[in-house]
Amino acid sequence: MADGTNPAADARARAFSMPLEDINLTDVALWSSHTILPYFERLRAEDPVHYHPAGQHRDGAYWSVTRFNDIVVVDTNHEAFSSEPSITLDDPSDVVLPMFIAMDPPKHDAQRKVVSPIVSPHNLHEMEPLIRSRIQKTLDELPIGEAFDWVDKVSVELTGQMLATLFDFPFEDRRKLTYWSDVSVAEPPDGVLVEEHMAFFNQVMGECVEYFTRLWNERVNAPPRGDLISMMAHGESTKNMSPEEFLGNLILLIVGGNDTTRNTMSGSILALDRNPDERAKLYANPGLIPSMVSETIRWQTPLSYMRRTATRDFELEGKTIRAGEKVAMWYLSGNRDETVIERPNDYWIDRPNVRHHLSFGFGIHRCVGNRLAELQLKILWEEILARFPEINVVEEPTRVPNSFIHGYSEMKVVIPRRF
Amino acid sequence: MAKITYIQHSGAEDTIDVAPGLSVMEGAVKNNVPGIDADCGGAAACATCHVYVDESWLERTGARTTMEEAMLEFAEAVEPNSRLACQIKVSDVLNGLVVRLPENQH
Ligand code: HEM
Ligand code: FES
Repeated sequence: MADGTNPAADARARAFSMPLEDINLTDVALWSSHTILPYFERLRAEDPVHYHPAGQHRDGAYWSVTRFNDIVVVDTNHEAFSSEPSITLDDPSDVVLPMFIAMDPPKHDAQRKVVSPIVSPHNLHEMEPLIRSRIQKTLDELPIGEAFDWVDKVSVELTGQMLATLFDFPFEDRRKLTYWSDVSVAEPPDGVLVEEHMAFFNQVMGECVEYFTRLWNERVNAPPRGDLISMMAHGESTKNMSPEEFLGNLILLIVGGNDTTRNTMSGSILALDRNPDERAKLYANPGLIPSMVSETIRWQTPLSYMRRTATRDFELEGKTIRAGEKVAMWYLSGNRDETVIERPNDYWIDRPNVRHHLSFGFGIHRCVGNRLAELQLKILWEEILARFPEINVVEEPTRVPNSFIHGYSEMKVVIPRRF
Repeated sequence: MAKITYIQHSGAEDTIDVAPGLSVMEGAVKNNVPGIDADCGGAAACATCHVYVDESWLERTGARTTMEEAMLEFAEAVEPNSRLACQIKVSDVLNGLVVRLPENQH
C-alpha cells in the first residue's frame, strides 16, 4: 500500500503499476531518490528490449536493453552497434573532442593500443608505491570522532591524486581535473536553460583544452619521461595523432577514471555500512579484499549504461531495432539480473564468479582502466583495514541526479577511532 | 577425458583431466587453476583467459575466431601462439595439450 510508511515498497508498487510506455528511465528524480531499480526489474521481466518514444529523453527516442545476456549480445557486436557518435544518450555537443571510446574500428583500435600499455598491470606495479603512499597520507589526515564528507575528503581527493600521478599533472592543480570531469558529464541543473548550460560547458572545456595544450607543448619539447602525457607526446604511434585527438584521449582518461573510481570508493563505504555481516567477514579475512572490490564494482555499477547506435536492423527478444536507432545497454540492470547472478540484490563479498559482472562492459571497448581501478580500491581497503575498525555512514547519502553516472555527491561518515 | 597442462608464469604446473565439450578456460576455472580470470564467462569478450599454446599443438587447437582476434588486439604481451582459452574446445584430439599463462591478464 502506498501509505508513505515504506518508501521502497511504494516505489516498487509505482514501478509495477504504471503503464509500460510511461516508464522514463532518464527521469533524474528516479536516480536522485534511488528508486530506479524496480523499473529495471519490471522491464527485465516484461519487456527486456523496450522502446522509449521521443519526449522522455531530451534528445529523442531510444531502446533499453536490460537483461544481462542481451547486453552481452549488443556489447560484443560492434559491427551492428556502433559507438559513434556518442556513448551517452545525449547528442554530442559542438566542442566534443574525438575520443576512442566513441569511435569504431579501425580508428578505435589504433588509439586504444597507445593508451593500453600505460595502465597495464606491469606499469601499474611500478606506480603502486606512489599511489599507496598518497593514500596513506590522505587517510592519516582524516578526522576521528567527527562527521565529514567521505566523497569530498577521500573519494574525490584520491581519484584526483591518482590522475595527477598518471599525467604528472601539477599536483596543486589536481582538483581542476576533477572539475573538468564533473562538468563534462553534468546534465543541465533544474531551471537552467540548455543553451545556457551549453555555453558554460563550452567555456569550461575550452579552459581544459588550453591547460592540456600547454602541458603537451612543454612535454613535447622536453626529453621523454614516464608520465602519460610525455609518453603520448613522444610515442611512435601517437605522433600522427592530431592535437584534438590527443586532447580528446586525455579527457577520456580523466572522465573514464574519475567518477567511476570515485563512486566505487564511496559505494564500498556505503555497502559495508549497510551489510555489517559482510564487513565482519572482510575484517576477519583481508584476503577477501580483491573479491570485495569486484563485488562493489558490480553492486555499484558506476556507469549505469553505455549507448550504441544500430548500423543495421537487428532482431533482439522479438523486437526489431532499426538502423540509426539509439540503444542503451543498462549495465546496472544486467548486474541485477536474477537469471544470471545469484541473489543479485545482495552485497555478498565472496560470491561465486564475483568478476562476472557488466560494470566494465564487454567487447572491444571493455574498460581499459579496469586494473587501475581495482588496484586503487584494493590499496584503499588494505590501508583502511590497517587503520580504522569501522567507518559509519551517519546520514542518507546524496545521490548524483544523473542516469549515466551512478554515484554520490555527498556521504557523511564518522570514524569513531583508530586501531 | 583429455589431459591438459597449465603452466603458470612462475613455472608451477597443473595437469587436469578435462571433459570433452568444455573449453580450455572452463577446465582451468572449474579446477581452481589460478591465473585465468575469465570475467566474461566464455564470450570472447574480456580477454582475461589469455594463454600461449605450445607450438606443437597450434595446428590441433585451430584458428582464432574473429571476435577473439579483435580482443587479442588489446591484450598484453600477445604472441603468434596467443589464444583465448575460452575459444578452444576440448576434445580427445587435445589430450596432452600444454598451455602457458601470461604474467598478467589485462
Ligand atoms: C570502477 C571503475 C571503472 C568503471 C566501472 C569503468 C567503466 C567503463 C566502461 C563500462 C567502459 C566501456 C565503454 C563502452 O563499452 O562503450 C569503459 C571504457 C573505458 N574506460 Fe573505464 N571504468 C572504470 C575505471 C577507469 C579508469 C580508472 C580509467 C583510466 C585511467 C578508465 C578508462 C577508460 C577508457 C579509456 C575507456 C575506453 C575504452 C575503449 O573504448 O576501448 N576507466 N570504462
Ligand atoms: S573468458 Fe572472456 S574472453 Fe575468454
